Amino acid sequence: MAHFQKKQAGSKQEIPTSAMPDVVFMLLFFFMVTTVLREVTLKVKVQLTQAENIEKIEQKRLVSYIYIGPERLPNGQLGEDKVQIDDSIIEDIGAIRTIMYDKLLEEQRMIVSLRVDEESEFGLLTDVQEELKQASAFRVNYSTRREN
Amino acid sequence: MLLKKRQRESGEINGSSMADIAFLLLIFFLVTTTINVDTGIGLVLPPPLDPEVEPPPIKERNLMKILVNAEGLVLMDDQPASLTEVKDKLVEFIKNPTADPNLAETPQLAIVSIKTVRQTPYRIYIDMLDEVMGAYRELRDEASLANYGVPYGSLEDESEQQQQVQDLYPKKISIAEPDQE
Repeated sequence: MAHFQKKQAGSKQEIPTSAMPDVVFMLLFFFMVTTVLREVTLKVKVQLTQAENIEKIEQKRLVSYIYIGPERLPNGQLGEDKVQIDDSIIEDIGAIRTIMYDKLLEEQRMIVSLRVDEESEFGLLTDVQEELKQASAFRVNYSTRREN
Repeated sequence: MLLKKRQRESGEINGSSMADIAFLLLIFFLVTTTINVDTGIGLVLPPPLDPEVEPPPIKERNLMKILVNAEGLVLMDDQPASLTEVKDKLVEFIKNPTADPNLAETPQLAIVSIKTVRQTPYRIYIDMLDEVMGAYRELRDEASLANYGVPYGSLEDESEQQQQVQDLYPKKISIAEPDQE
């Protein structure tokens, strides 16, 4: 009587995972290079307006932001229109000149992105723009959302 | 001679947890970063005026004055207009196909001046600027399609062709100081 013997698999059934860390690190570096860290905490309400004919700013590292909008008060209400640069609210409009000039010295090709609340009045923005002119930061961008 | 066989432990570091560490880092970066691109309307502000130097004279016919008041009503060269008409009127003003003596001499000389009051809401100002940008985009697309067969947006950045279209229709937009009220 023939005797059948079960054939046993010769090699181990494992997938080599030693390259996994390398793959994940590559992903990680990709994300580190293509993104910037999350922006500042907003102290003013900025609801962007919509526009149709807009451009993209690809070089995020050149951009510095100015936020203009009604101030968020601790009790959840909205106050007067204020200007915020980085993490602090600028009470004295004249100080914008020195702040932006210092930033311009660091990065010659700086673009100032103005993120203005759609309900804001134009007057405050004019004052800010005047300061930007004095600081010779001429390249501005009115940040908007894409119109659907 | 005494041969001592030293039993060495294998000098390998267990690397299996490396993937987990890298994943943790990756997830941290995914959560804390933003990838969305900033979009908006780009503009170059004019340098501050020197009070001692007279501004160069501009012919009245080359200047399109757009006034926007706090209610969002628009005046174009003293004629009331609605926001939807602005683009078509601007294209006509810049191109001036019928050689109208009241419209711009050449597209290169045309200047669009936008003036608002301090109370104008930002949204209306952007809508206005959007229309002006739309007019220029239409003109540049047209010129680019006629000369190179592709829309302006498809031309290579900083190429000679893009420069030529830009020279044909330069964006001369002036944001006037609002009146103090």
